[in-house]
Amino acid sequence: MTDQMPVTSPVLEMRDVSISYSGIIPAVTGVDLLVRPGEIVGIIGESGSGKSTLAQSILGLLPETVKISGQKLALSGVDLLAASDSTLRNLRGPAAAMIFQNPMTTFSPLHTLGRQLMDLLWRERHLSTLEKRQMILVALQDVGLPDPAARLEAYPFQLSGGMLQRVAIAAALLMRPSLLVADEPTTALDVTMEAQILHLMREIRNKAGVSILMISHHLGVIAELCDRVAVMYAGRIVEEGPVETIFADPRHPYTKALFACEPALISDTAMRLPVIGGEVPRPVDVGCGFAGRCSQVLDCCSVLSPPWVAVHNTDAPHLSRCHRSAP
Amino acid sequence: MVVMEINTGTSIRNPVEPGFLRRAGRVASQVFFTPLGGIGCTLVLLILVIALFAPALAPYSPTAINVKERLADPSLHHLLGTDQLGRDLLSRVMVGTQTAMMVAMSALSIALLAALPLGLIAGYGPRWLDACLILVFDSLSSLPMIMLGLAIVVLLGPGIPTVILVIVIYSVPSYARLVRTQTLSLKSRDFIKAEQAMNASTPRILFGHLLPNVIGPLLILACLDISTVITLEAGLSFLGLGVKPQVPSWGNILSDGFSVIRSTALPVIAGGVPLILATIGFTFFGEALRDALDPKLARERKP
Amino acid sequence: MTAGTALIEANNLSVSVPGSGRWSLARKPPVDILIDVSVAVRPGEIVCMVGESGSGKTTFGRSLLGLVKPSAGQIVLDGTPLPDFTQRSFRRIRREASMLFQEPVTSFDPRQRIGSIIAEPRRIAGSGSLRNEDIVELARKADLAEPLLSHFPHALSGGQARRAAVARSLSVVPRLIVADEPTAGLDVSVQGGVLNLFLDIREEFQTAFLLITHNLSIARHVSDRIVILYLGRVLESGPAREIFRAPRHPYTRALLDSEPVPDPTKRRTAPPVIGEVPSLTARPSGCEFHTRCGFVQDRCRHERPVQSTISADHQVACHFPLSPRLTVVDQGPRLVPRAANRK
Repeated sequence: MTDQMPVTSPVLEMRDVSISYSGIIPAVTGVDLLVRPGEIVGIIGESGSGKSTLAQSILGLLPETVKISGQKLALSGVDLLAASDSTLRNLRGPAAAMIFQNPMTTFSPLHTLGRQLMDLLWRERHLSTLEKRQMILVALQDVGLPDPAARLEAYPFQLSGGMLQRVAIAAALLMRPSLLVADEPTTALDVTMEAQILHLMREIRNKAGVSILMISHHLGVIAELCDRVAVMYAGRIVEEGPVETIFADPRHPYTKALFACEPALISDTAMRLPVIGGEVPRPVDVGCGFAGRCSQVLDCCSVLSPPWVAVHNTDAPHLSRCHRSAP
Repeated sequence: MVVMEINTGTSIRNPVEPGFLRRAGRVASQVFFTPLGGIGCTLVLLILVIALFAPALAPYSPTAINVKERLADPSLHHLLGTDQLGRDLLSRVMVGTQTAMMVAMSALSIALLAALPLGLIAGYGPRWLDACLILVFDSLSSLPMIMLGLAIVVLLGPGIPTVILVIVIYSVPSYARLVRTQTLSLKSRDFIKAEQAMNASTPRILFGHLLPNVIGPLLILACLDISTVITLEAGLSFLGLGVKPQVPSWGNILSDGFSVIRSTALPVIAGGVPLILATIGFTFFGEALRDALDPKLARERKP
Repeated sequence: MTAGTALIEANNLSVSVPGSGRWSLARKPPVDILIDVSVAVRPGEIVCMVGESGSGKTTFGRSLLGLVKPSAGQIVLDGTPLPDFTQRSFRRIRREASMLFQEPVTSFDPRQRIGSIIAEPRRIAGSGSLRNEDIVELARKADLAEPLLSHFPHALSGGQARRAAVARSLSVVPRLIVADEPTAGLDVSVQGGVLNLFLDIREEFQTAFLLITHNLSIARHVSDRIVILYLGRVLESGPAREIFRAPRHPYTRALLDSEPVPDPTKRRTAPPVIGEVPSLTARPSGCEFHTRCGFVQDRCRHERPVQSTISADHQVACHFPLSPRLTVVDQGPRLVPRAANRK
């Protein structure tokens, strides 16, 4: 695999990060996450798991009323929790950029794509307009957009969703970020386009060495792209490890249930599809959030927060947060 | 929030009843407890009370002429003084409120009743009918208001019914157009398609599903329009095209006061201030109502 | 095709959006959304219509119920064709079929409560009782929690809204349910429940389903037959098992290969298809898939392939169908067509 890189300072480091709306309604509780340079880390979870909130917190996109607390939330070594507003602004772009689920709403409908991409380069004051244009053309070529020069004059509605998502990726890469946060980037696209975009994302990692944090609800997408994966449920990461070991041997009951529900993993003859009963609860402070839906629930599950347990303690640890996994 | 209402007893058969009062209560509190809405509500209530009980509340008969006390200054006997015929101005203003509200309410009700079916038919019916109706609406709204008023007064003679007719002709096109636009946008929505797919009859779709969804915005527009209509009535009366001169109305008070403005401004003020207050009151009330009822704004307000 | 037994049949159905009128200055040509689509659904059968955006799959579902007016072709219900495409004629179909919309919440009147929404078809039919118990019974069949009946549509979650829509369609027992993307926007842990519900309904009422979806793994699990649409034309249709095991059209193959497999050891080296779905206003010549096909030959660029029969129930519109030996046995070696290598 390509992720055998020397361990340098992480691109993103989260330690015990909690996010709550208005300080009352928790969305994410006690998340630890590490993204190393050149690594593609996936976060998988269902709606209500807090995965999008987590992604937006990295870029400071959450509204003012949202409270982020914890020990550390560091982008390229700079702790965002202690940083001032201007530091934050300067980090957005060079440290991290984001691509969104719906490429149609990523761009302003009123301006040409060329103009919008040009605006992104406002920091590069030493460059002439012509040089900037050249940079943009190269970036668009790199993401495989056919006829980039003509696209500069186009308005967003004139391009298909797949093409716009390519432009969005090019725009993100223009800032030369060390981390690319992708929130469900292929969910709004057709399968044939999804395959192309996933391929493109792997390519830019290999070529530009950018780390990617991939948020998805689709197991297939995670398997196709990621090196490591974190499974999120009710605001908490419940299992984490290399994608190969987690897909081969999921340990947390929620991960197991999620895999069991995936239609692509069920043999063709099984006609009835499995489900997880009940609904995703609000994040809980004590105990395990999955206790209410878990088929192997123990007495202690609802009162004691499960500790991290190492399942395979190799060079890349596979951790599960379940009382059952404890030795 | 409606999420909290868990009640399956009788609510299913008559599904709008139980939550309706509660929702109305919520809307009312939202209207009343905003600064502008509060002012609007107070003024509107005041105007309505005066209009309803004007004959009982007025200290004198608004038409009783007392030449000895003409153009009297305000005193304990005549709180707002008298006009050039010695009629008590306060009484005339109060009964004038009744005239104004009667004209506005009846004219708007008739306009709404006429505009609803016209707009629904234009929006939902065949395209040629829509084109015909739009042509009629456009021609009507292209007529200059005052000329139209003049023509109708010449034909029918002045009086309250004439004023009402002028206002109806003036406002039906704009209401019908609103209903038509709403209907057009609702027509392509999935729930109307779903009704069609369930074999619902056209009257059922029109009156069971389109009408309830159209009527909200229409009522708000009408509420905002009350002030315009009152001004219109006053304007027509001021020009002598409205209600008969002896009938107390704000426009007549203004018109009478205008002829004596060199000796005293009081009659003009007495006729003008209620007009301003009514305009402010109904506009604020209508806007607060729109904010409270518009689901889009409501959603943005949620945390 | 065993036409005699079909519940509903579309023969060479076409839908086109009319261009600008005769007197208009802007010359807008008509746009064809569906061209000569022939699909039959037998009683109790689940037919899946699969295609990407712009394939016309949603339009087909709507045109069967007359929500979109077909421009040519024929719709046959129980062996009797509709005389014309007026709203009056479609009433016959609407009595037997019901529709589940892609976004169920938008298909409910926002001013009605769920209980009243569910009862609506019965009220329209003017038959059957409207007692509370009946409505509760319907909700129970659709696995919808009873307290939700007094809610307004916007208060429901995605899964609950789907169940409410199913409950509504059950209130007059339909012989056909047209379901447009029934699992779109649902979590994996919930979508299985909705599909199981379909299977239960089929079991209990012998209801046939036309499922419209872009999700192949859903189609794989519940459907009896698959119809693959591309730019408004049927490229391949046949038994689900056969098509998933050995697709004969390169496009079907590409769709199957594009679906990401939840197994990190079986990653693709290149995307199975490159390029975009062409625009409906600029259809390619010949075979319309030739611009993206990995197996394209000269003939494909000029000559449009006709439907050829492979087995009794399996048709493909391709000059050079893939060999049935190129099977997709349990995510076997992936096929990388030439188009992808060319890049």
